[in-house]
Amino acid sequence: MKYAYYPGCSLECSSAAYDISVREVADVLQLHLREVDDWNCCGATEYFSQDELTACSVIARNLALVDPQLDQLVAPCAACYLNLKKTDHLMAEEPAFGAKVNEALAAGGLHYDAGRVRVRHLLDVVYTDIGETAIRDKVVRPLTGLKVAPYYGCQVVRPLNSFDNPEHPTRLDELFTWLGADVVNYPLKSHCCGGHMTQISEAQAFELIRRLLQCAVENGADMILCMCPMCQLNLDAYQRQVNNYFSTSYNIPIVFFTQMLGLAFGIEPGKLGIGKEIIPIEPVLRAKLSGATA
Amino acid sequence: MITIPADKRGLTFLDDVVAETPGGERLVHCMQCGSCGGSCPNGPDMDHTPRTLFALIEAGQRDRVLKSNTMWRCVSCYSCTSRCPQNIPITDVMYALKRISLREGVANGSDAPALARTFTGLLDKYGRSFEFGLASRYYLFNKPLSMLKMGPLGLSMFTKGRMSLIPTKIRQLGQLQAIIKKAKEMGGEA
Repeated sequence: MKYAYYPGCSLECSSAAYDISVREVADVLQLHLREVDDWNCCGATEYFSQDELTACSVIARNLALVDPQLDQLVAPCAACYLNLKKTDHLMAEEPAFGAKVNEALAAGGLHYDAGRVRVRHLLDVVYTDIGETAIRDKVVRPLTGLKVAPYYGCQVVRPLNSFDNPEHPTRLDELFTWLGADVVNYPLKSHCCGGHMTQISEAQAFELIRRLLQCAVENGADMILCMCPMCQLNLDAYQRQVNNYFSTSYNIPIVFFTQMLGLAFGIEPGKLGIGKEIIPIEPVLRAKLSGATA
Repeated sequence: MITIPADKRGLTFLDDVVAETPGGERLVHCMQCGSCGGSCPNGPDMDHTPRTLFALIEAGQRDRVLKSNTMWRCVSCYSCTSRCPQNIPITDVMYALKRISLREGVANGSDAPALARTFTGLLDKYGRSFEFGLASRYYLFNKPLSMLKMGPLGLSMFTKGRMSLIPTKIRQLGQLQAIIKKAKEMGGEA
């Protein structure tokens, strides 16, 4: 199966572990991901706050650059996924707006026909296109005994959703059941991590992060699985600041779901970006998953 | 339900907000149920919850709405949007209010407008986001005292190979900038 691939800026550096593990896992699953050549930043939420036409034009450049032979685009980042999908949706729903976006694209010699590219989140592709049987077949190191808390965040499951329940998503839970993990059910699995609020208001952001960590820990999780770079950054990199702020002592590793998927497929931890997380996952792996430590 | 008399259409603040929001015409169907505010993770930090804000919009309280922090406390989690029984694109209404408040020069959302501008300024310049540049510029110009607190975090990200000190540029930067320039001319950016 062939797809265009849009890694997004976070996956270049701060969430390189996501990109590395996506590519490794894709190899095993024979997902052929062709990176969009010379893609640009999707603007996250920041361009929409200022200028909708520019926001969509910047995003549509990426849609226009998708290889004409491919009609599906995979994004692992929640914000990129939503922005690409939303722009395609807005251009299709409001043709007059779509025409304006194309007028802007024309200034760069580009054009995009709304609806040409179907934007997918990576989890959807893994769950739906690969599916249970093929995934179970590839498991060589079952995650038996590992208590994982799947964390969905906001932007994949809620707006314009087409593959999971916006209030009570289960796709990541199901996927990890196939890998043999002990999936923790915790009520905040699709609550907000605070997004960019860590940069704007500590008090507001840290409370949202604390609630999520507390809820996962309370329900016995060994680790939280993310499918969004912003969620991973907030829960992992800010965990010590959250501890300082609330005098708590959370020490729960936060990894991308593709990293654990890769471990279950027998890929070496070093090839999956294991070790790049700020709260080390190594002690958990050593205690519970023999043969999976670096 | 909000109703607009025929002779007032096109004249009210509500009309401005509707016009700025894709699918914004749904806003007139708000029945003040409060599902939005109840679902909002940041409701307690807002001057007005979304429900109150929509009542203020209907009442034409332009200043109170545009100078409030409500929309700037919205982090686009879409909880309200997915729960609204009247299918109002609430998150998009919040984006529309951010844009109007910036355009009219009354934005009052603490550091959120500055973060947005710093972020897109770097996008315009390089074609990619640049986290180190974003963090250093944003903190330096907006909250220099917090830079000290961010030091250890930045250092641990750097030692884990998760922060680059050099921006990545796209190859066809001129093409992207021509698109942005054209879009801004057409859209009248704030």
